[in-house]
Formats: sequence, C-alpha cells, structure tokens
Amino acid sequence: MQVEGLTRQVTGPEGVLLILQDVSFSVMPGEACAIIGASGSGKTTLLGLLAGLDVPSSGRVLLDGVDLFALNEDARAQLRGRMIGFVFQTFQLLPALTALENVMLPLELAGRSKEARDAAREVLERVGLGARLHHTPVQLSGGEQQRVAIARAFATRPKLLLADEPTGNLDQVTGERIIDLLFELNRAQHSTLLLVTHDEQLAQRCNRRLKLDAGRLVNQESQSKATLL
Amino acid sequence: MSLFWFSLRMLRRDWRAGELRVLFVALLIAVASVSAVGFSADRVDRALHRQANELLGADALVVADHPLASGLLQRAHAAGLKSAKTLSFASMALAGDRNQLAEVKAVSEGYPLRGELRIAQEPFAPEQQVQTIPPPGTVWADARLLSQLALKVGDVITLGAAQLRVAAVLTHEPDRGGDLFSIGPRLLMNLHDVPATQLIQTGSRIRYRLLVAGDAQQVQNFRAAVTPLGPGEKLEGVEDARPEVRAALERAKRFLGLAALVSVLLAAVACAMSARRFTARHLDSCAIMRCLGARQSVITRIYLYQMLILGLIASLAGCAAGYAAQGVLTGLLGQLVAVQLPPPSLAPVLTGVATGLLTLLGFVVPPVLALKGVPTLRVLRREIGLPARGVSAYLFGAALFILLMLWQAGEVKLGLTLVASTAATLALLAAAAFALVRALTLMRGRVGVAWRFGLANIVRRASGSVAQILAIGLGLTALLLLTLVRGDLLASWQGSLPQDAPNRFVINIQPEQLGALRDFFARENMPPPDVYPMVRGRLVAVNGKSVAPASYADEGAARMIEREFNLSWMAQLPGDNRISAGRWWGDGASGEHALSVEEGIAKTLGIVLNDRLTYNVAGQEFTGVVTSLRKVEWDSFRVNFFVIAAPGTLEQYPASYITSFYLPDDRQPLLSALVKSFPNLTIIDVAAIMTQVRGIIERVTLAVEYIFIFTLAAGVMVLYAAIQSAQHERLHDGAMLRTLGASRWQLLSGVAAEFVVLGFLAGLVAAFAASATGYVLAERLFHLPYHFNPWLWLIGPGLGAVGVGVAGLLGSVPVLRHPPLHTLREV
Repeated sequence: MQVEGLTRQVTGPEGVLLILQDVSFSVMPGEACAIIGASGSGKTTLLGLLAGLDVPSSGRVLLDGVDLFALNEDARAQLRGRMIGFVFQTFQLLPALTALENVMLPLELAGRSKEARDAAREVLERVGLGARLHHTPVQLSGGEQQRVAIARAFATRPKLLLADEPTGNLDQVTGERIIDLLFELNRAQHSTLLLVTHDEQLAQRCNRRLKLDAGRLVNQESQSKATLL
Repeated sequence: MSLFWFSLRMLRRDWRAGELRVLFVALLIAVASVSAVGFSADRVDRALHRQANELLGADALVVADHPLASGLLQRAHAAGLKSAKTLSFASMALAGDRNQLAEVKAVSEGYPLRGELRIAQEPFAPEQQVQTIPPPGTVWADARLLSQLALKVGDVITLGAAQLRVAAVLTHEPDRGGDLFSIGPRLLMNLHDVPATQLIQTGSRIRYRLLVAGDAQQVQNFRAAVTPLGPGEKLEGVEDARPEVRAALERAKRFLGLAALVSVLLAAVACAMSARRFTARHLDSCAIMRCLGARQSVITRIYLYQMLILGLIASLAGCAAGYAAQGVLTGLLGQLVAVQLPPPSLAPVLTGVATGLLTLLGFVVPPVLALKGVPTLRVLRREIGLPARGVSAYLFGAALFILLMLWQAGEVKLGLTLVASTAATLALLAAAAFALVRALTLMRGRVGVAWRFGLANIVRRASGSVAQILAIGLGLTALLLLTLVRGDLLASWQGSLPQDAPNRFVINIQPEQLGALRDFFARENMPPPDVYPMVRGRLVAVNGKSVAPASYADEGAARMIEREFNLSWMAQLPGDNRISAGRWWGDGASGEHALSVEEGIAKTLGIVLNDRLTYNVAGQEFTGVVTSLRKVEWDSFRVNFFVIAAPGTLEQYPASYITSFYLPDDRQPLLSALVKSFPNLTIIDVAAIMTQVRGIIERVTLAVEYIFIFTLAAGVMVLYAAIQSAQHERLHDGAMLRTLGASRWQLLSGVAAEFVVLGFLAGLVAAFAASATGYVLAERLFHLPYHFNPWLWLIGPGLGAVGVGVAGLLGSVPVLRHPPLHTLREV
C-alpha cells in the first residue's frame, strides 16, 4: 500500500479545518502496522480513506498498484470485497443475522455463495465459536461478537486487514485474547495488517508504528524485531 | 449469489424481528378496501352483462312515452322475432279502506321473452316458475303490496274502474326495476284488462314497451329497420340493458371507490412512516454491506426484491380479505338487480394488487431505496446518516395518488376538484397542526417534569408529530362526519320542512273533475286545493335550432331533452318562487307566448333570457320566449314547474291538473274516499317517498360506513406506525430516565402526556375539519341552515386524547418492563 500526500479538509462554521495534512507512507505485504495518536489526531479519518470509505481533498492511495480514488464508489466497494477485511471497535455485525450468516455475508456479496457456508463454518471454528454458529449478535458476549467480526474479516482471505480500535470495547483479558487471535490469523494468511489504536501495548506488537498529531504524520518507528507473539 | 434468495432470507428475518408488520397490515387494509368495493361492483356488473337479456326480459326493446305505432310490431314479425308488449304506470290500488300507490305493469301473452316469472301461493311460500301471465280479470301482486293493502290471494283489488282478483304472489320478474330506486310495490296484470281500468287518460305518465327476441341476426335486422325512431322513443339492447341500473352502479362504484381511497391514503401514510423507520433501522446494515463490498445496485436489488415480495403477499392477502368483506357490500349493491349474482372475476384482484404495488412504489420504495446512498463511512462514524430529502421523496407517491383519484372519480373535472380540495384541506390541516405543535413550546415552562418531557418529545419531532396529528386527525374526522355531522344534517333537513308542508300530491286530475274535486274538499272541511294545469311537451328546438339528447354533453341535460316536460300556465308568480332574471308577466311584461324557466334547468340546458324555446305538445309545436328565470324552493314540497307559460299560450292543448295538500295523520280515511270518488287519480304519498328516499340514503350510508371501517383500521395503523416510528428513541430515553432515577409513575406520566396531547391535537384538527365539511355540505350542497355543534369540539379532542393516550401507553409498556441496561444495549 502506498499513500501519497493524503489531505482531508472540511469546511465548518469556523472556516476550513485540516483533518489530515499531506500524509505519505507505504506498507509492505505481510507487514503489521499501527496508527497511533491522541483522540482527534485524525486516525479514524485516515483509516476511512485507506479503505476508500471516504474521499480525500487531495493525494492518493495505491493498493496493489490500483489508485483507489480513480475508481468510483461501486468499484471501490468491489475492491474492498475482494481485498480488504475489517474489524471495528463496535463489531458492526448485522443484528438480524446469526454468527454463521454474518461471516457468510462478505463471501456471498463477492459471489462465492456455494463455498460460503463451509468457509464461514471453518473460520468460526477456528476462532473458537463452532458451538455458537446459530446465535445472533445480541445472544453473544462482546468478546464473542468481536471474534465473529474477526472471522468475517478473514473469511474472504483478504490481502489487507484494517482494524479500528479492535479492543476498545473489551476488557483487558478478552482484548488480549482477541489481539492474539488477530495476529495469529494475520500471520497464517500472510495478510497485511493496519490497525488504529491508542493502546501502546498493542502498538508495540506491530512491525511499525505511524504516529499522527493534529493530522500530520510526526513519527514512523520501525521495529526490526517484530513482536508478533 | 442469488440476490433474490438472499432478499427472501432478509425478509424472513426482518419479519421475525417485527420490522415489517405495520407495513404489511397497512398495505393489506388498503388493498382490502379497494378490492372489497371492486369485488361487489364486479359481481353486479357481471350480472348486468351476462344476464343482460334476462334483465331486459328480451333481446331488445323499444320504449316510448306514447302508444307505439303498429308498424313496429309488423317489422318485428317480418324480421321473424317473437314479441310481447308491456305498459307500465303508477296508479292507486284499493282494497276496502286501504289504498296504496302501485307500480303497475300490464303485459301481453308471451311476456317475458327472456328470463322467467316466478310466483307463490302466499307471501313467503315456496315460489314456482311459470310460463304464463295473469289470466284476464286477475293480477299478481308482490308481497309488499298485499301486506300494505291487507290482502291475501283470492281477494279483490280495485284498480281505477276495474275490479281484479289477486291470483298469486309475484316473487320474481326478470326486468324488475332495482329495489334501490323503485318507489311503489309491483302489480302485474293482463294487458287486456287495461281499458277496463279507464286509467289511460290525458297526462298519464305511461311507458309503452315492445319486447322482441330472436337470434342475433334477426335482432340486428330489426334494429336496423326501426332506426331512426321517432321522438320519445328509444331502442334498448342487451349492451345497454338497464342504463339506469348501470348508471346507479357506476355512481355507487365511484362513490365507494373514492371512499376506499381515503383508506388507501391513510394506509399510504402508515406505510411511509414505517418505511422511514425501516430505512433508519437498516442504515447500519447497509453501511456494513457496502463496507464488505456490496455495490449500490446490490443494495437496491436486495431491498427492492424484499419490498416487492412483501407487497405482493400483502396485496394478495388484502384481496382475500376484500373478498371476505365484499359479502356485506354485495348485499347492499346487489339489490340493484333482481338476479342471482355470479361469482366475482379476477379483475378486482388485479386492481387490488395494482393498488397495493402502487402504494408500495409511491410511498415505501423511495425511502427504502435511499438506503443505497448510505455513506459507507458510517461504519466508522455512526452519526453520519442519509442526506435529508424532505417531502420530495414522496412527490412520486403523491403523483400516483392523484392519478388513482382521477381514475376512481371517472371524470377529469370531478377528479381535479377532489385532488385540489384534498390538497388544500391537507395543507390547511397541516398548517393548523404545525401551529398547535409550535404553541406547545409556550406551555413547557408551566408544567411538571413528566409533562415537560412529553411535550418536549412532541416538539422535538415536530415534522413527525405534525404527520401523526394529521393522520390520526383524518381518521377521527371520518368518524365525526359519519356520526355527529350526518345526524346534524338530517335533523337540519327535517327541521327545514314546515309542519304543514304538503304531504300528498294528486295527479291525473281531468278538467271536468275540477269542480267535483273542489266540492269534495269542501265537504271534507279541507282548505280548497290549489290546482295547476299541466301540459306535457318535449323541447324540440332552441332559437330555431333543433335539439336532441346527443347535442348535450351533460348527462343530466340529455335526459331532460329525452323526456317530456310538465308545462303549466298561471297569471301569478307562485309564493315560494322568486324571479332571478327578467320580469314576470304580471309586472307589465308582455304576456303573449312568454315563458318563465327555473334557473337550475336553464343553466343545465344553457338557456338564457330571450331564448326562443319550441315545444312539441301532442304532435303540435308552439314557440315561446324566455322572459324570466325563477328560483324555486323545491324543498317546500309544493307543486312547482320547471317551465311556466303566460296565460293564453297553452290553453288550447289537452291538459290534466295537479295539486298538493297537507293531510293530517288523523284524516287518512279521506284518501280512500277520494280514490273511490275519483278512481283515475294518482295520489302520491310524499311522506312515504321521503321514507323510501331515506331508506336509500341509509343503505348508501351503510355501504360508505362499511368502507370507512377500513378507513378506521387504516387510521389505527397510522397511529400504530406513529407510535412505533419513535419507539426506539422513546425506549432509549425511557431507559436513560430510569437510569437517572425516574420512577415508573414519572415515566408513565411522561409517555401518557405525549400521547394524550398528540391525540388531543388530532381531535382538535378533526373537529375543525368535520365542522368545515359539515358547513360546506349544509350551506353549499344541500342548502340547509348550518348549526354549530359544540359536541364536535368536545368529543373530537376527548376521543383523540383518550384513544391515542391508551394506545400509546400500551405500545410503551416495554419501556417499563425491561431493565434499563438491557434496553440501552439493544437500542
């Protein structure tokens, strides 16, 4: 992933506000990278742009050589379906669907209905929810819901996994288990992991940390010795 | 992936979650109301088509207001057709001291040519089909006439100068006029006995018919041979059988159809409200699906399929409900035709499904399809919603509804008037509701915490509150109109008649009987009757240009040209008439051949002052000039005429006389004496006719009320949708308040306050709408004095406050039942 001069500004009652300012960096395949910073530093905005959920004021994001913003909204959606997996702080499961159906959904949307059920079941078993396939989100604990979300993210075997404060809504013990699971699956599938967090401990487990301050990238720390486990 | 199956699965889940029930039931009600009317009208309509010749009693007939030329009969025979003659008129039938105006039909051998006669040996005994007609000297009377005259089979009945024996009870005749509109009971007699009654005299209103039957080609030849017919003659075939029934059915269908549209409108509001809720509840899901790679078209298709499947199932269920409900309506409409009704066709199903799907397309699909535009960023920032679209989303729905209204109204002018008045009314009521909601802000500082919470909720959701007040208000308006306003109008109408308004009309008085009649009244100590001469004439030319029914686009005008007018002459303007244009001949205007025309008919026929009108009276033509237009109080029940001539214009033509008088209840025996002395007179009991008319109005009202049950049900759905639409916010707020320590009682009061106030405001709007409608109906349509009814303003808001308050509380029980944390987590 290559990010070049990414800038996002909004016009509010107090004039033009720069949320992201000329952010550039690149992430290599298989890398685990943390975006850190205080509240309001622009982390979530950056994540939204990297996933093509929002459009920058200027700059570009190349994913596997494809310029995300040269595509229209629908083409970006298809690209996401093919290449990107998501894990959110608030889990974002569809309340009407069971755990199994939630995990099947991205596969079905990508036109892979036939293999969807088996693939979803397999990955759910892998995250330890083999006995909870037919529970709806409201019948699951927070940790279980996040495990379903992780299963859904990995079900399509994405090249890039984006995680937004994945432990933000969980207690410490559960949070650690979730992170272990995330890194384990990431490693097994050789995907690139990009996560937004303000949890220093979590950030330390990544190969690289990108620090944002008031919309600017202030620091890039590489860690030669990855602490993946 | 098959999106269709995916949609179906989503539909099932949403259904289980209770997201779609209001939408489903509202659609079902809309379709049920439209299809109930459709099924009933369709059955009667099909009876009219399928059994047309039976309803005609023939394959074709010629009807005239004068004896038919013998040439017609010869032509029928020449064409190889079977034929029969009938002659019908109204006459007094007597038995002992009793008398009754009967619809007499005299028939020749062979009648009816199509269909069958059925008789019984005593009223309500098993009937049998017969191939004959009453033998000479006998009559068949229907059960109603026998009961009114206290007769039984075998007794003798007096008709004019003839004494006839009742040989059987007539139970069925194929070409019987619809019960709904016929005035008197039926008496069937042999054509040979007519001369003996001496009832056929100058001025008698008689319909002469020649019935023919044969194969289609023969009938066609006959039709070709007899056209064009003379004035006052008309050919009716199976395709135009019973035009009056067809017209009545058409009117009833339109009327009920429009009434059904009120339910459709309310159901559409309920649908739109629940669709908005559905949309709001699916924003997150759509954002997630977009984030997971779903294209906009995928989202569109998922929800479109879902809505179409739902709409189709609801529409079909609605048709089934409509079919179940049509029985009652058919009972009311079916009295138009005296035949076995066929089962309904599938056409109403199509109309019903079309109504359902159009409502869906206009009011549900636009907000639901807006889901495709949900910003994907919502997965990260939940506060990002859909861009506001306001009312523009419903423009398509409004356009569809206007088309539906125009289609139901059947004519552009009426349709446009309805559309315009509906739009104006809704706008006015919305403005009133908005003003009321704004006014609540002023009260917030003066009430306790619970009420402040309730009022704040109404003000906070101002646009939603206005929609709710409007919808509930419309439902309440319908209720008030059908109960209080209708009663008021009837009372006002009855009150507008003077106590001694004439209640009997006497027609067919011959010139030589005038002296004897005056003596009779004097002997009976009754005030001398005002008699008016009456000459029957047909309008044949205006300003020298001949006129025919076809020259008038207006149906009413065409009918007036087709039939004969009763013309009269007099020197003095009748007391209850007023000159509205020109001058009465008494005031120095030239009297020679001057005519005074009632202003209503003048307007219908496009007649203005100084027009020259040519009438054909008994084969001769005379021309007069319109020198004045008159306003007539028809409600006075006095004798009145559309056209009056100056003395010296009509005297040379054969005339009969007419009078009206007031008969006190205790002087009933006078009638029998009158008929005995003057057997040829026809006495029309206006009171009885009024009762009959009221009966018809009752029946129509009953049908409309029946349709308004759907309206009410749709109103309840609006209420339910309204409660549900803000239910999640309410649950959330309730849980928050509970967390902050609010007691059960405080919560309950807050919720109650919100709904009671909503209902109260809706009731105010309804009282206003019902009063205004009552005023317009009274002053403009029925020309009755309008009486302000304070009950409307008490019952409307009272009913609204209690009804909506109770419903709202019941709907909010979960707030109180669930532990706050559970609610906060779920919502």
